[in-house]
Amino acid sequence: MWEYTDTVRDHFLNPRNAGTMDDADAVGEVGSLACGDALKLFLKINDAGVITDATFQTFGCASAIASSSVLTEMLKGKTLDEAKKITNKDIANALGGLPKEKMHCSVMGQEALDAALKNFAGEAAPAHEPEGELVCKCFGVTDVQIRRAIRENGLTTLEEVTDFTKAGGGCGDCHERIGQILAEELSGVVAAPKAPGDGAPKPLTNLERMRLVTKVIDEEIRPALKNDGGDLELVDIDGRVVLVSLRGACVGCPSSKLTLADFVEKRLRETVDPEITVKEAR
Amino acid sequence: MQPIYLDNNATTRVAPEVLDEMLPVLRDHYGNPSSMHSFGGSVGALVKKARARTAQALGCRPEEIIFTSCGSEGDNTAILSALRANPEKRHMVTTRVEHPAVLSLAKHLETRGVAVTYLGVDAAGRLDLDELRASLRKDTAVVSIMYANNETGVVFPIPEIAAMVRERGIAFHTDAVQAVGKIPISLQDMPVDYLVLSGHKLHAPKGVGALYVRRGTPFRPFLIGGHQERGRRAGTENTPGIVALGRAMELAVAGIKDENTRVKALRDRLERGLVAAIPDSIINGDPENRLPNTTSIAFKYVEGEAILLLLDTFGICASSGSACTSGSLEPSHVLRAMGVPFTFAHGSIRFSLSRYTTDAEVDTVLTEMPGVIERLRKMSPFSAATDEKPSCTC
Repeated sequence: MWEYTDTVRDHFLNPRNAGTMDDADAVGEVGSLACGDALKLFLKINDAGVITDATFQTFGCASAIASSSVLTEMLKGKTLDEAKKITNKDIANALGGLPKEKMHCSVMGQEALDAALKNFAGEAAPAHEPEGELVCKCFGVTDVQIRRAIRENGLTTLEEVTDFTKAGGGCGDCHERIGQILAEELSGVVAAPKAPGDGAPKPLTNLERMRLVTKVIDEEIRPALKNDGGDLELVDIDGRVVLVSLRGACVGCPSSKLTLADFVEKRLRETVDPEITVKEAR
Repeated sequence: MQPIYLDNNATTRVAPEVLDEMLPVLRDHYGNPSSMHSFGGSVGALVKKARARTAQALGCRPEEIIFTSCGSEGDNTAILSALRANPEKRHMVTTRVEHPAVLSLAKHLETRGVAVTYLGVDAAGRLDLDELRASLRKDTAVVSIMYANNETGVVFPIPEIAAMVRERGIAFHTDAVQAVGKIPISLQDMPVDYLVLSGHKLHAPKGVGALYVRRGTPFRPFLIGGHQERGRRAGTENTPGIVALGRAMELAVAGIKDENTRVKALRDRLERGLVAAIPDSIINGDPENRLPNTTSIAFKYVEGEAILLLLDTFGICASSGSACTSGSLEPSHVLRAMGVPFTFAHGSIRFSLSRYTTDAEVDTVLTEMPGVIERLRKMSPFSAATDEKPSCTC
């Protein structure tokens, strides 16, 4: 059973502002029946650009309904400019937090808001014409959505991207592409596509690099090795040299050298820094 | 509030009769059956009695029973034993709808050089026996097919399958965790090599199970160590659990008629009532070959986790094939293998009854469920009216 906060439970059991709005000035719609969750957000906006009323219709789990409900409460009385600044984090925080596997529910709220604001401004609803490159075909997630989630929530692993956007949670075919997007975002090389050559990639500071190496090893590399009965320990990080010590089934395994070069080093180069070398501590 | 417990395929209440036999073992007869003194030896006699009861219930010999800690241990032991006993054979056949105890092991074995064939099922969850026959190869070491599905209750024709596999000289394993105690099973009538059951699914406590290994079937132990279970499963016996399982097996046989008449009638009344009262709902699975206690019903336009949490406010315990309850994002692999449309799969709920389920409990569900679905559908942006214009980017 999920550990939902009392606020989540309250908004699920007693949803505020559920229902359609016949005279809505803006409607934002994201998700679908097939995806497993969907949200339709209705806004009433007065001449001064203040949101005077908000309602929702949601298909989804308890946290999706609670995220929608709390979002409508947050929106009432806000100006359009204030509403634009609402992030998925704000929605999750208003609920006292969400289980990490459910963070995509808060992202859905933020995206529906985004769609509604664009609808008000006379732009096409992005749910039907997704901008950017379609990365996850199972859940219809684009690179624009993934990059936004990475930036706004400081995501560093594939698992986190899936928790927040659902991308990669289905067939898994897009895992490699998400890895590339992550690497681009994390290394800062994601130069604005419209202005190539503008601004060299921002190099990681030593501290950032160390934190990222630790995170990738703990959350990605070690679980993968453990699947095969192995394990490794991070001994030291000296600039771009990562010193590790093999554990478990990796000890004395004839292919452990290959594992270090082909998997550990390759993965760290992809996600952290292309110049990283991995050495075994003696 | 006393829960209305309709999640008996997840786990069951320990029968009072079972508890009565188990508690003295836990409290007083704590000796080790391997000990030389009579204090321990008397516990060995209790284990022997439990083994005889278990064998009697399954129609096999006592020495063909190995006590285990759970269903997953039994499944792992059986499949790995068959593979180790036939090292030159590197192929295995199973189905796409197995419990993770088999499915995850099969996936793992694939990374270890074992080729695995996953048999599909049709829309009603049935296997194609011709497809099974065609999948058997010279290098097939083991075929592992569940007796009954945990999510839909669909029962596979195991006697027929076992005969087909055995005829080819291939070891056959069946995960019967959901079937034992719910439908009559006699190992005298079918050439199964390995059969697995779990205590907590049949009113014994958690932490005990049994693996049947046919006499003459090659066996390689999974847990290596002491000589317990005649060297086939090391580790000091879970004596209270084993005694409990023996009694639970006896009760299961005694109750099999009640399960297939009274409990079945309750299940039928529940599912017919729900489908009649709630529009856009369908029953998942083969209505002809199904466990008597299980029903899986899909409710369109609403999501399973939300349904479960609202049912919970009425004290009704059920489970769901929905993605959101498991933390994965895709709906149940069983419903997906059956090709249940996403639109239904996300809102699938499983009710699993037991000998303790009452008429009044079924009445409560029949009273509350329509309101739960209606409440969520009112909140949903989807309805029969929106079906015409799918807005899917997926």
